[in-house]
Amino acid sequence: MKAIVTVVGEDKKGIIAKVSNVLYENDVNIVDISQTIMQNMFTMIMMVEFKSANVSVQQITEKLNVIAEEMGLSIHVQREEIFTSMHRI
Amino acid sequence: MINPFEIIETIEMIDKENLDIRTITMGISLKSCAGPDIETKCKKVYDKITSYAKDLVKTGEDIEQQFGIPIINKRISVTPIATLADALDEPTVDKCVKLAKTLDEAAKAVGVNFIGGFSALVHKGYTNGERVLIESIPRALAETDIVCSSVSVGSTKAGINMDAVKQMGEIVKQAAELTSDTQGFACAKLVVFCNPVEDNPFMAGAFLGDGEGECVINVGVSGPGVVKCALEKVKGQDFGVVAETIKKTAFKITRMGQLVAQKASARLGVPFGIVDLSLAPTPAVGDSVAYILEEMGLEKCGTHGTTAALALLNDAVKKGGVMASSYVGGLSGAFIPVSEDAGMIEAAKCGALSLEKLEAMTCVCSVGLDMIVIPGDTSAATISAIIADEAAIGMINTKTTAVRIIPAPGAVEGDVVEFGGLLGTGPVMPVSKYGSDEFIARGGRIPAPINSLKN
Repeated sequence: MKAIVTVVGEDKKGIIAKVSNVLYENDVNIVDISQTIMQNMFTMIMMVEFKSANVSVQQITEKLNVIAEEMGLSIHVQREEIFTSMHRI
Repeated sequence: MINPFEIIETIEMIDKENLDIRTITMGISLKSCAGPDIETKCKKVYDKITSYAKDLVKTGEDIEQQFGIPIINKRISVTPIATLADALDEPTVDKCVKLAKTLDEAAKAVGVNFIGGFSALVHKGYTNGERVLIESIPRALAETDIVCSSVSVGSTKAGINMDAVKQMGEIVKQAAELTSDTQGFACAKLVVFCNPVEDNPFMAGAFLGDGEGECVINVGVSGPGVVKCALEKVKGQDFGVVAETIKKTAFKITRMGQLVAQKASARLGVPFGIVDLSLAPTPAVGDSVAYILEEMGLEKCGTHGTTAALALLNDAVKKGGVMASSYVGGLSGAFIPVSEDAGMIEAAKCGALSLEKLEAMTCVCSVGLDMIVIPGDTSAATISAIIADEAAIGMINTKTTAVRIIPAPGAVEGDVVEFGGLLGTGPVMPVSKYGSDEFIARGGRIPAPINSLKN
């Protein structure tokens, strides 16, 4: 199952490192990654694969929320279908 | 990979523009629970609801977390309870109230927010059970917390049952008086319909119609805030652009509803019924239908031009949503519940929005006069006359109309009544000071209208 991880906030050292570390520790594979500055905000979007992972979207969300709080970021983890269904026919 | 801008757009819709799924509503048929004995019947009703809906709330919450889309309510709609009242040996008000309490207990046991279907369809005439059930509505609503009730008093095919209209004026009054400690809160759970739909997931008017199956999942979407934000980007442009923008936004909102409906249906192993693509406001600022109308260029909702703006909105929502879902149904359009909409509350408080204008707006919106607080001393006949007007609009225009009106005990024009939660805050709106008593006292039926030779 694929999900999209979105990280938005003020640019700081270590955002990518911390987020990808949590994913790595939980055996979630990063399939694709893009990073840009949108409306003056650091915006990172990752497509991740939960295939071999032993955690659920909910559990990863909880773990990433700890980083989000610590670094003043907004982090979402959402199953991919929500975006494809909204923007693709 | 999906375009990053699209991903951010979706997230902004949810985070900043109040996009949500308003409700996943499970329709459960209670036809199998009919029987002559009240105790056995109540047990069957309780068992059936708690077994069919046992995973509804958990499934809703899982979808919410996995997809990151808020699902505000999980609800249940059931077969009109009058059907069960009719099967009783001797239907009495006490027995009907017991049925309402059973629904309340079962709904609370599975953790849903509301259960709808304490209903009777009497648009042409009453059966014995229906008569008793309607008599029991004030007590049933006063003695339960999350049971919702609706009564159909008219239809395009049958005309308007004016005896029922007369009675419903009295029932609304009684319901308000029995809950005077909460300023007539029971009335917020009671809808009087003309042309009700059988698959409506929204409260208080949800029930599972006669043509429906054993169990079904219907989903109601929302998102007035998203439409308002989209219109902010096309300021000053012509109505073609406005309609197009609303259509595109409604499409996206509805796709979300379709996805949630399919997931919920698959996970619960229950057939998917419909997506109701309604714009349902909440009292939160930024989640208002009135603000959409004002964004189109009206100084205040309720001024001249409001009906035209609402007509465009209602139609564009349907056009945009229809292609986004495999099955569209329910009420689908723009709701205008006064107390639940920050912009409407404001407009009613400053005098821009009157009951008369709201009545005109109901000709083109998705339902009718909704969540309107009127003075506590309004007579039952006047309430019946308001219901008759609204039913006539529905009957002639072949559309669903409804009245959910609260004659708040003790309240006078200018007061403000707090209901809390999704039901919001209602400014007390004046009604005509002239009576309709003799008109309502006539009784009988208004014949069904001719459906050809329209001009």
